[in-house]
Amino acid sequence: MKRLLAFIRKEFYHVFRDKRTLLILFGLPVAQIVLFGFALSSEVKNIGIAIQDNSHDIHTEKMIQKIQSSSYFHVENPILNYNDIENRFKDGSIKCAVIFPTNFGSDVQRLGGAKIQVIADASDPNTATIVTNYLNAIIRDYQQELNPTAKLNYQIIPELRQLYNEEQNGSLNFIPGVIALIFMIVSTALTSVSVVREKELGTMEILLVSPFKPIMVLIAKAIPFLVLSIINFVIIIFLSVYLLDVEIKGNFLLLFAESILFIITCLSLGLLISNVTNSQQTAMLISMMGMMVPTLILTGFMFPIENMPWIFQAISHLIPSHYYYIIVKAVMLKGLGFSYIWKETLILAGMTVLLLTVSLKKFKIRLS
Amino acid sequence: MENKAIICKDLTKQFGDFKAVDKISFEVSEGEIFGFLGANGAGKTTAMRILCGLSFPTSGEASVAGFDVYRQQEKIKKNIGYMSQKFSLYDNLTILENIEFFAGVYGVSRPEIKERSRDLILTLGLEKEAKKLVGGLPLGWKQKLAFSVAVFHRPKIVFLDEPTGGVDPITRRQFWEMIYQAAAEGITVFVTTHYMDEAEYCDRISIMVDGHVAAIDSPTALKKRFNAVSMDEVFYELARNAKRTLD
Repeated sequence: MKRLLAFIRKEFYHVFRDKRTLLILFGLPVAQIVLFGFALSSEVKNIGIAIQDNSHDIHTEKMIQKIQSSSYFHVENPILNYNDIENRFKDGSIKCAVIFPTNFGSDVQRLGGAKIQVIADASDPNTATIVTNYLNAIIRDYQQELNPTAKLNYQIIPELRQLYNEEQNGSLNFIPGVIALIFMIVSTALTSVSVVREKELGTMEILLVSPFKPIMVLIAKAIPFLVLSIINFVIIIFLSVYLLDVEIKGNFLLLFAESILFIITCLSLGLLISNVTNSQQTAMLISMMGMMVPTLILTGFMFPIENMPWIFQAISHLIPSHYYYIIVKAVMLKGLGFSYIWKETLILAGMTVLLLTVSLKKFKIRLS
Repeated sequence: MENKAIICKDLTKQFGDFKAVDKISFEVSEGEIFGFLGANGAGKTTAMRILCGLSFPTSGEASVAGFDVYRQQEKIKKNIGYMSQKFSLYDNLTILENIEFFAGVYGVSRPEIKERSRDLILTLGLEKEAKKLVGGLPLGWKQKLAFSVAVFHRPKIVFLDEPTGGVDPITRRQFWEMIYQAAAEGITVFVTTHYMDEAEYCDRISIMVDGHVAAIDSPTALKKRFNAVSMDEVFYELARNAKRTLD
């Protein structure tokens, strides 16, 4: 036990004296939270829009006013001729154009119908969809104003509720994913690099010749990162709650326990990687490419898994962070208890046991 | 048996069809400085790994410090020290922290570590550097420190794998003085080297060629037998018949 403590103390020296490690350890989580929380907002605001009004009547004036007063749009100089539109899309000053045809107002009044052309820059399809939706809503709104008394035979009014995130806070969706991502980076990458570094320096040989048991070497390597990851978790939660106004609806202790389980999964993965590589660069590359990218893409926090081809859906089920993401969402955002997430917990625990066994076995095999 | 630190009998290690170590037999007495020579690929490292308890032999017998290499690896590890050609201390730990760590891993008690590390630093003349990171030390100092750390827990045998690689002649000289000192204290020294002048410092040497022990004796006797003026010539005489190429 004393030996283990001597070893763990040494590991902490390594961490606290290496600026790069420290930066990844504590700079990264803060940067990620701030980035995902503020910069990568999925809401669209202040979209550049240009309007070509060929009619200049009371209806177009009123509609333009409505667009101008919306915080979603930033109205640029009006379009004078049709060729102008394409140029301005090309130079990127506008994302959307609205064209009122000549006689718009009189068509509305006399023919009882008129058309508006809406052009959106769909090189970013998400923004294009959102923009056209906003415009549709504004136009529909105006129509209602024109015919306040119009009565249909029946009317279906959708009553919408965005459950678990009524205010449409974009951070809510990102936080669980970011937590998973950070554990992947900190626990997996740093652990694997720290073991491989000893191999590279030749000190691993010295450790293996010592009476210190190989398994203990791995444990001593993993414990500091377990502790540091837990500190990290607290920092992330603190930032999410106080900086991004994310409310933890469920039991914090449950969330904490599940997170420790996931950290151990990541540590095991890191140890496994360190067993199959001999250079720090390779270890870093495998951790980053092999772990981080799937976490980003296949856990469902950036792209919905349901829309993926079956093969990717299948792969996503092999990724530990997929389950952790589900668990965090359930506990943090929906306030669900253990009875709703026992299945995911079980799978995660199973994966951990498997990874840990394989990495310990492998470590032994390498010895003889 | 009681005076032998290492005994090997027909020790063999086979990787597939390749016999890295082929029936080697030798004995090393307690307190002896034993030079373990051989060209690259001759099987030195493989043999040494078995003796250090890092791998199992395929066949044959061997005991280190009286413990069997098949069944008592853990006990062997407790009784040996090891230093390798690759630098074996941590650069971003101070000298004191390095000593504390390695002594701690070998189970030396805290008060003893405190007292003896102070002595060691005085002996090495490193009082000023004791709290500085090892990374800033010159290579020669690092190697001397690494040796001191390898024998800090007073092992019965210390294995040195090309300990003086890349070190200047003066420091090598000083290094060997430390080895003599350790031997005088009763520590058996098992050392591999590529420097033939160093081979002359050993009490006895063995020269491995193609997995066999081609010759084993004191440097003087070997030179006499091969009618050579230096160990260099002896080594060349034996090694030029080697069939294995460098690996």
